[in-house]
Amino acid sequence: MYELIITLVLITLGYFFGSRAEKKHYKSIIEREKILNSLPVMASRIPIVKGDYDQILVSGNVVIASDYFKGFVASLRNLFGGRLRTYETLLDRARREAILRMKEQAQELGADIIFNVKYETSNISGQVSSKMSVIEVHAYGTALKKA
Amino acid sequence: MFISNLEFTTGKKVTKHLGLVQGSSVRAKHAGRDIMASLKNLFGGELKGYTELLQESREEATQRMLAQARAVGANAVLNVRFSTSSIAAGAAEIYVYGTAVILDGQG
Repeated sequence: MYELIITLVLITLGYFFGSRAEKKHYKSIIEREKILNSLPVMASRIPIVKGDYDQILVSGNVVIASDYFKGFVASLRNLFGGRLRTYETLLDRARREAILRMKEQAQELGADIIFNVKYETSNISGQVSSKMSVIEVHAYGTALKKA
Repeated sequence: MFISNLEFTTGKKVTKHLGLVQGSSVRAKHAGRDIMASLKNLFGGELKGYTELLQESREEATQRMLAQARAVGANAVLNVRFSTSSIAAGAAEIYVYGTAVILDGQG
């Protein structure tokens, strides 16, 4: 009985704090994306620009955790299969955040464009119980700066 | 040391290829951080401690790769790739590798 109550409390707490944090994060992501829009990021391996450029390796990473509510929804979903929307938004936030950090670093260096962007996603949950996921997203690429 | 994840450079010419260089770093998170992380896991959000830890770890792996590149007499590393793997409970390995080359007109 007590266990059930504790679980319910955790789910409610997770839901409220988690969705609040998510909204706040999305707001900040959208704001910063607007500011950094002027710095294009390309996935192409070969730079399409001509001329003399300095190359700098830039990267951004973020470690993000799911909340209790997300974990609970996911474990329910596991029974029936289907889209895990709660995790989709989690990963979307992590990827966009990593790219933003990379762009911020590039902008500080005065770069004009970033090429050959690679993403790397890894689960680093480790000792934290199996229900939880801790995910790291690392984005890196080569920033070109007019020499 | 010139470091890039493109396969070639814009402008400068590669005069010699010296082969693969690599660096790795395995780091564990300490218990205090793990406790904080499990708390954070209830409410969601970024785990800043881990973000920094992995960043430092990546920096260290890169330094090791660059040391190796210097040892073989290279002045640049091209086509750099990173990889991360969770090898044991609470530990992550960062591996970075690339091709060591000698660039024309690079200090």
